[in-house]
Amino acid sequence: MKPDQLLYPAPAGLYCPSGDFYVDPMRPVARALITHGHSDHARAGHGAVLATRETLDIMAIRHGPDFCGTAQPVEFGETIDLSGTRVSFHPAGHVLGSAQIAIAADGTRFCVSGDYKRSPDPTCAPYEPVACDVFITEATFGLPVFHHPDPKGEIGKLLTSLKQFPERSHLIGAYSLGKAQRVIRLLRDCGYDRPVYIHGSLSKLCDYYVSRGIDLGDLRPATLEKGDRTDFAGAVVVGPPSAFGERWARRFPEPLVAFASGWMMVRQRAKQGGVELPLVISDHCDWPELTETIRDLAPAEVWVTHGREEALVRWCELAGIPARPLHLVGYEDEGD
Amino acid sequence: MKAFAALLDRLVLTPSRNGKLKLLADYFRDTPDPDRGYGLAAIAGTLDLKSVKPALLRDLVLERMDEVLFRYSYDYVGDLAETIALVWDQERKERIDDDRQPRLSAVVTRMNALGRTEVRGAVRDLLDRLDPSARFAFIKLATGALRIGVSARLAKQALADFSGRDITEIETLWHGLEPPYEALFAWLEGRAERPVLATPAIFHSVMLANPVGEGDLDGLDPADFAAEWKWDGIRVQLSAAGSTRRLYSRSGDDISAAFPDIVEAMTFQGVIDGELLVGGTARSNSATRTFSDLQQRLNRKTVNARMLEDYPAFVRAYDILFDAEADVRPENFVTRRSRLAELVEAAPHDRFDLSPLVPFSSWGELERLRADPPDPVIEGVMIKRLDSAYQAGRLKGPWFKWKRDPYNVDAVLMYAQRGHGKRSSYYSDFTFGVWAQGPEDGPEGDMLVPVGKAYFGFTDAELEVLDRFVRNNTVERFGPVRAVRAEPEFGFVVEVAFEGINRSTRHKSGVAMRFPRIARLREDKLPRDADRLETLMALVEAKEAG
Ligand SMILES: [Zn+2]
Repeated sequence: MKPDQLLYPAPAGLYCPSGDFYVDPMRPVARALITHGHSDHARAGHGAVLATRETLDIMAIRHGPDFCGTAQPVEFGETIDLSGTRVSFHPAGHVLGSAQIAIAADGTRFCVSGDYKRSPDPTCAPYEPVACDVFITEATFGLPVFHHPDPKGEIGKLLTSLKQFPERSHLIGAYSLGKAQRVIRLLRDCGYDRPVYIHGSLSKLCDYYVSRGIDLGDLRPATLEKGDRTDFAGAVVVGPPSAFGERWARRFPEPLVAFASGWMMVRQRAKQGGVELPLVISDHCDWPELTETIRDLAPAEVWVTHGREEALVRWCELAGIPARPLHLVGYEDEGD
Repeated sequence: MKAFAALLDRLVLTPSRNGKLKLLADYFRDTPDPDRGYGLAAIAGTLDLKSVKPALLRDLVLERMDEVLFRYSYDYVGDLAETIALVWDQERKERIDDDRQPRLSAVVTRMNALGRTEVRGAVRDLLDRLDPSARFAFIKLATGALRIGVSARLAKQALADFSGRDITEIETLWHGLEPPYEALFAWLEGRAERPVLATPAIFHSVMLANPVGEGDLDGLDPADFAAEWKWDGIRVQLSAAGSTRRLYSRSGDDISAAFPDIVEAMTFQGVIDGELLVGGTARSNSATRTFSDLQQRLNRKTVNARMLEDYPAFVRAYDILFDAEADVRPENFVTRRSRLAELVEAAPHDRFDLSPLVPFSSWGELERLRADPPDPVIEGVMIKRLDSAYQAGRLKGPWFKWKRDPYNVDAVLMYAQRGHGKRSSYYSDFTFGVWAQGPEDGPEGDMLVPVGKAYFGFTDAELEVLDRFVRNNTVERFGPVRAVRAEPEFGFVVEVAFEGINRSTRHKSGVAMRFPRIARLREDKLPRDADRLETLMALVEAKEAG
């Protein structure tokens, strides 16, 4: 069987005809396998959904309890047979509950990695390599320019700035699922034990992380009552980047805007976003991790789903590995 | 290199002046010698580093990586230095330890010791041993493209903040010191005496005057001030110590080579301030000639005997900074002037005279004198407080300038466009601007705002100069229009004359000039010396009031 008879890109997303399911479909389908809870991968309205316990919980938190017809949790490593097609979920190291999905039938095995990273992250299970014939990878940071530094070093920059500018509130832009909790956990690991103030839109997900055993320390709502501006001098406030253009952000004393994202590697991106303190902290693979993963797995073929496809395909070509871009539209990861 | 790179990364993204000052002061406090001194030099524009061509860097990166991948990366990042800094490691994963990276001082020393054939290997090795952020800083330094929106003045203010010393004290020493400024830091930290300058024949920052604005003289007692004519030459500083003699323009360029007649006549010891003119001195009873005669002598590397004879130069002395070795800047104007008179008296009478004082008893009387001066080469009057010390910079209060023709400003070239007809091969339509307060506070927040366009007034020879400047200093193109470099420390200053000025809602600056023309190229001035929008607004208000 040719690989693209087992799995191919259809208008709604990657489709497996023998098992009659989609992976991370962009629109409602009868049966969906979901890699992780980021909104561009985990949409509401499917019939049956198969995902990890955490991913299902996160979908329920974000879309409400009726986000799909039936939800079936799956353990890491457990094999499920769908009309003769065997599927299993494996840790992707991206955010809490994130999984790669292995799909096998007639002697061919795919690994759909979803979003993944290989650097350590105390808020989720670490990435595990999955042997496969066809490796489907993202390429969000698929350019040789991307080298994510040690995240503790980045948190160090934040702590230095807090010392230098104790009168300014430090507003950290971090996507609400995964990045925000990772930044808070990193702060704690670097010895920061003062309260961290969070934007209202983060509270449910932070509570959920805590309920799954990830200690985030003293979290408090970042709400400004009349006259207490000064309470936030020198405070760390975490919120989604979208909230920073709003009045909410302008009410903090002398706000210093930091942004935790892999995009902060490029100075112009930071400058355009009005970011004063870029923190290069990413939940995706950087270029060395992407290329290392492909070398380690040594698949017969590589498919690139989203991101900087052309550069990674070029790299595979130079390494003698057949590769093609899938040009899947619709994945603009909220968590980069 | 790590600390310096981290500082640069923060400075470029920090908009507020106070934030920048804090970052700089902390860097000076926390970074050891000699690294901080080289960092200071890099920021203040005094660092001497062997330069590296972008083409070499490109070559080096392509030795190690696929050209297609490099192109994808460059297209994405958009800046060559940053692209190279980021792609250099490619798939290499191990991070470079902060404390194992070469220090800034080691990088500078190593680069400057290299022979021609060694540059390639050394740059490759340094790029290997620096992390991406330090690599970026190194490439920017070595290609001379470091632009971080921090002036030398702000760096000196940060030194003042970190040490508690007065900035004028630092300014005083500045031109006599060299990177890595260890003696300066030792003094700033109270570990050593104030550094003694090796030779006083260095350039000292000059004292500048503010234009008289509406109401500025109200309430000031004329008896507290002296007035002198403002002569239409170029402001110079003459330094003589031992056998070393130097003639500097007001921005500190050494122009001695073009004026051997002056240098030869510097028989005194010390540092004086004056106007460089062409013609004869008052002491030799001959006329002062016009600025266009002086221009024959400017911007030359050397000068021939014929030139010296046809366009003899002399200096009309205004002030004295050092009397032999004694620093007399703290003394008052009257005391300094008597020292100056003595010095000029002893100097060759055909090359030096003393700028005469203009007696007056009321501001009204001085205004009449200003409007109708006795010599056509006078462009106004200078007003100086009798008790004022000689202080570098443009302080408000001690000195004023009051020009004869108010419709005359120094502006900075901002944009140029090709002309029409016989001028179509030249950039001959110019947009110029003056300084205005931007959204940020303090002098760092200053920005240029365009105030007019001119396409005549200059000679063909001047057009050649302007055109060459535009071609060599284009930073951006918008169709037929080129934007040129216009920064406080680098750019082209022109004197713009105009027939009138009005308020305008159509212009972003809020003013519109009538018939502006480029009266003169001011290559002796730096853009930071150009006029401010407030000066133009004052002209408008004066006109409306009158
Ligand atoms: Zn994701």
